[in-house]
Amino acid sequence: MAKAPVSRRKFMALTGGSAALAAVLAACGNDAATTSSTGGVTSETEQFGKGDIGILNYALTLEYLETAFYKDVIKSGLFKGADLEMMRKFGSEEAEHVSALAAAVKQMGGTPAPAPKTKFALKNKKSALELASTLEGLGAAAYLGQMPNIQSPSVLASALAIHSVEARHASAINSLHGESVAPNGALARPADAETVLKLVEPFIVG
Amino acid sequence: MASGDLTRSEVILKGAFAAGAVYGVGTAGPFVRKALAVAGGSDVDTLNFALAFEQMESAFYKGAYAKVRGGKLDLLIGLLADYEPQHVTALAAAIKQLGGKPATAPKFDFTYSDDAGLLRLAQTIEDTAVGAYNGLIPLLKDKEALATAAAIAQVEGRFAAMVRQRNGVAPAPDAFDPALDESQVRVAMKPFIQ
Repeated sequence: MAKAPVSRRKFMALTGGSAALAAVLAACGNDAATTSSTGGVTSETEQFGKGDIGILNYALTLEYLETAFYKDVIKSGLFKGADLEMMRKFGSEEAEHVSALAAAVKQMGGTPAPAPKTKFALKNKKSALELASTLEGLGAAAYLGQMPNIQSPSVLASALAIHSVEARHASAINSLHGESVAPNGALARPADAETVLKLVEPFIVG
Repeated sequence: MASGDLTRSEVILKGAFAAGAVYGVGTAGPFVRKALAVAGGSDVDTLNFALAFEQMESAFYKGAYAKVRGGKLDLLIGLLADYEPQHVTALAAAIKQLGGKPATAPKFDFTYSDDAGLLRLAQTIEDTAVGAYNGLIPLLKDKEALATAAAIAQVEGRFAAMVRQRNGVAPAPDAFDPALDESQVRVAMKPFIQ
């Protein structure tokens, strides 16, 4: 589990270029009271907590998965040189997402979701890239799917700050894999939590 | 022009582009007017602001594609020239859906002398697009409009990474993309508006 004070400071520093984002986590606590209601709509993210806390924990779970994936990829020895550097960079960025999301959940009075135990079949470079493409594409689609569900403007701002980075990752991985950088066309396609969780199930053990 | 304006715009840009120091400060046009009307803050206003940016991107890539067609950049610029106008269409539809009127595109002018200059400009424009959407999306009250803007934002992020990779720089320089507010984006756009 990430150390919240450190990760929060890091998050603030990294987003410090914009006033809106700098206020993101600081404001989370204030917004918590208004985000407890989901208007009676049951959602797949509710298993992770109510309202925005559930959404953040859902995102956190996916970021844990991505972080673990890149750790395995780096260890696998399948990538070298510039490609390996990119995997390292993406992995460390996913880890920063984990820290920021866990800190945000705590800030709102919730308990961060635990890191799932993961397993990825990394046979060769091609299958590893295939998997990377799937995970990054899903990550981007998952954030996109939650955008209209997020209640707090500050949580929305942080989700957006991460969402476009997932998009960048997905694009770069797809390029490396020889796939289209925007496989769904000019407008990206969202995915709901049920769909996403079903698709990542094979990578979670126990 | 008052020299105060220039200083202020530079300060704004430095602030806007500081996070990661990845954005081209070359967008800091010396001819920044004090204020470019528009305020209000309705969804239609916000979407029209996004529309203006997309109109700019569309004009940029249309002109660029005419130059690079059949060459090394055909595929890359061709994709952008194909998709950015679709963002214009989607935003215009969203504006109409809310009972608003899509704003007419201003005239744009882009200066670059070779492929490298074109790609540098493309990188700045795509990174700015990401920041612009990340800044404007939380202002939208209508959930459908918000979803549309976010779906476009993701593709801008994908494009930004694509162009950056082509330029040999990190596709995702930071773990968190910055958000730009409207005045920052307008300052970035100003040099390209005739």
